[in-house]
Amino acid sequence: MRASRIWAWVTFGLGATFFFLPLIATFEFSLRMKRGVYSFEAYRSVIGDTRFQETFAYSVTVAVMTILLGVLLVVPTAYWIRLRMPHLRPVVEFVTLLPLIIPAIVIVFGYIRMYGSSSPLPFLATRRGTDVLLVIGYATLALPYMYRAVDTGLRTIDVRTLTEAAQILGAGWATIIGRIILPNVLIAVLSGAFLTFAIVIGEFTMASLLNAPAFGPYMQNIGANRAYEPAALAIIAFVITWACMGGIQILARFAPRSANRPN
Amino acid sequence: MTQTSITAALEAAQEAPPAERRGVRLPLHWLGVAPFFIFALMFLILPTLYLIVGAFQNNEGEFTFANIAELMQPSIRSAYWISIRISLASALLGGLAGLAIAVAIVRGGLPEWIRAATLTFSGVASNFAGVPLAFAFIATLGRLGLVTVLLNTWFGINIYALGFNLLSFWGLTLTYLFFQIPLMVLIIVPAIDGLKKEWAEAAATLGATQAQYWRMVALPVLWPSFLGTVLLLFANAFGAIATAYALTGSQLNIVPILLYAQIRGDVLHNPHLGYALAFGMIFITGVANIFYIWFRTRSERWLK
Amino acid sequence: MAETFLSIQNVRKAFGATTVVQDFDLDVERGEFVSFLGPSGCGKTTMLRIVAGFEEPSAGMVMIGGKDVTNLKPNQRDIGMVFQAYALFPNLTVAQNIGFGLKVAGVPRAESDARVAEMLSIIKLPEFGDRYPYQLSGGQQQRVALARALAPKPKLLLLDEPLSALDAKVRVSLREEIRLIQKKLGITTIFVTHDQEEALSMSDRIVVMYGGKAEQVGTPFEIYNKPATRFVASFVGTLNILEGTVSDPASGTVSINGSEIALKRALDGKAAGDEISLALRPEAISVGNHPGRDSSIAGEISDVSFLGSVIRVRVGVGKNAVSLDTFNSPSTPPPVVGETANITFAASDLLVLQ
Repeated sequence: MRASRIWAWVTFGLGATFFFLPLIATFEFSLRMKRGVYSFEAYRSVIGDTRFQETFAYSVTVAVMTILLGVLLVVPTAYWIRLRMPHLRPVVEFVTLLPLIIPAIVIVFGYIRMYGSSSPLPFLATRRGTDVLLVIGYATLALPYMYRAVDTGLRTIDVRTLTEAAQILGAGWATIIGRIILPNVLIAVLSGAFLTFAIVIGEFTMASLLNAPAFGPYMQNIGANRAYEPAALAIIAFVITWACMGGIQILARFAPRSANRPN
Repeated sequence: MTQTSITAALEAAQEAPPAERRGVRLPLHWLGVAPFFIFALMFLILPTLYLIVGAFQNNEGEFTFANIAELMQPSIRSAYWISIRISLASALLGGLAGLAIAVAIVRGGLPEWIRAATLTFSGVASNFAGVPLAFAFIATLGRLGLVTVLLNTWFGINIYALGFNLLSFWGLTLTYLFFQIPLMVLIIVPAIDGLKKEWAEAAATLGATQAQYWRMVALPVLWPSFLGTVLLLFANAFGAIATAYALTGSQLNIVPILLYAQIRGDVLHNPHLGYALAFGMIFITGVANIFYIWFRTRSERWLK
Repeated sequence: MAETFLSIQNVRKAFGATTVVQDFDLDVERGEFVSFLGPSGCGKTTMLRIVAGFEEPSAGMVMIGGKDVTNLKPNQRDIGMVFQAYALFPNLTVAQNIGFGLKVAGVPRAESDARVAEMLSIIKLPEFGDRYPYQLSGGQQQRVALARALAPKPKLLLLDEPLSALDAKVRVSLREEIRLIQKKLGITTIFVTHDQEEALSMSDRIVVMYGGKAEQVGTPFEIYNKPATRFVASFVGTLNILEGTVSDPASGTVSINGSEIALKRALDGKAAGDEISLALRPEAISVGNHPGRDSSIAGEISDVSFLGSVIRVRVGVGKNAVSLDTFNSPSTPPPVVGETANITFAASDLLVLQ
């Protein structure tokens, strides 16, 4: 008993060291921009950079659009599958898993070849079209997480009974989805949204290959040309990721308990 | 027998609303899932198929294995080889370290808050990949990184003189561990939770020591989950590019970076070879995932 | 002639401020089947786990075969245990599960294989050795768990609610099978259950537990017919309680709803006019005259339910209500609600509750 506990503490301690050292080192490095004193100069420099502001705002916008597209795509589908077409479940689950199997770089490669300016669907011919394709690409990347979150949320409420109860009371489909189902899976949808945000905000591969003015390529560019700003950016990115995950944790406390729970 | 089947048929008839029995509304059913399938087809399946088909065509659009054969040329083969080695090393090391940490926080008798904090942190760290992660490791283990400098000033150990280089196989593997370990922790903790307390107790009443229980029951039960997750980590590392690109630029010749350069400027001077390169990536991550799913099904059967 | 094999002496167990087992004393003879019976939270499982060695008693001692095992680990106690949730090792086949204890004990392969085959035939699953637990039904899994516990020939068998997870039909057949195997092997057994029917039908002796204490230790016959405390009386079997007042403690006469009943035994510690609670089993009561039942009280029929072979009748006796069953007979019309009726019983069947 005693020995195993010591062993557990040692393992935990080693792990904690491995994970905290880079964070501490990065933070320390980010404070060293002014010679001889610790300062937040690197952060001031980064945040004051108009390119930072533009790319960050762009990526936030794209992330919000991605979340909206993801919700519109996933919620009705997951609901309909649970309610009316459970036999299609394995197919839909398989499709939502595909983005984990096909690397992002391959998906975007396909986009570039299929939706180039000379193709029948020339998304990439215009700036706006490229933005739309980037949102679509991100929605694809987020699909596994979004679908899983929503499907789990739907499982805890009894979709069929709720729908039938609403139908008996005379509700139409728009009312059922908008006023019954969505509020009940809102927590799950928001969890999926936070995760999507965390994935999308600093994404590099797709944004870079589609030449989008996004935060990820901006960071990469700064990394290649500056010394202290990248460390500040890394800390900012870590804080954003942490905030998204913290948001999910807080939301989980408000999640409805399973409707058909024993006891 | 007849009686029951008639009852069953009656029940089935009652369950289905009249509209469904006529079958007229069937197309409307499909309308509910049509947007999803159209989206998946257009932006996931067709673009991928486009590349896969392209991988087996020459410039004239004729079927050929030439592109696949060309993947065997030394520069591409070595890119695959180093990609596979880095992915495998980071998956195995990350898997073992993640397993050890998971066992420690679930079964090590540590305070409850440590488990909760570790899981939250793992959620963050597993998503903290890409460009910022590369920056963090440069600030830590780069030539001017904090750990590099401190090791030198405090202990006189110059790790770069000893052959370490962050922009190398081991440097990249170490960096990947930052998201691989937490991913393993997140996936394997539920499996360890699934080890029933009664199994340990049953083993004890049968005379087994703690070590015998772990060797004969707990580890074999965890094995499929562990192996499956290692494969998932492998695929995860294999497709990743942002971390490597931000860390090494194009110094390290791994497949995603090669593909990135090919998309950017046809460095291979053969678009169809680029398709074949992409096909090779899908093939490898696909095989890893198929085995992952196979292992997971096996362990779910046990842990039910 | 009886030899004490398991001896539990003065065991107390507290988790922090809450005491879950106190003053527990029990001697179990070799080959005896003893049940711990009680509602959930009564301490019966904790007591079993103390015997198994999973919990350390806060005070007291456990001896197996004359040896103090209080400080031994479970794997040093030479016991077999069956759990509620089967707890078969999912990665091992049925045969490997049964052979697990033999393997860790270093029994040679051939000997172990023979023993496994023997156990498989005892539990009547000789063809199942190569299957995995997930391929078996609950009842089959629990039989394998029993075989696994018995294969290393333990000195003591501990059964922790082994039938609770099974459906009713399997439960009845398996309890007969467990008892049969136990008798055949003559192994000393402790059986924990909350199901009185299981305890009554299987045990040599029953320990009824409540609030961490043994309320009564006795044979099923004693527990059912001579419950020592009000808790035992109400927990084991259905019971009708009649509230009355003592008329004459010396001759044992009590007054219930205006009727004087002579118990013909002295009521020690009671004075005339004291309240008294008396209990009657449903099967000891009838409506109208019945040979051998010498006492009667007037009442009014308040409810009649037809249950097929029996008719359950509720009779209001003053502020008390009494349930009794009469056999259905097609020629006799059932009692009618609202009729007055005399309930009759033998005064000697009345239990005085403490």
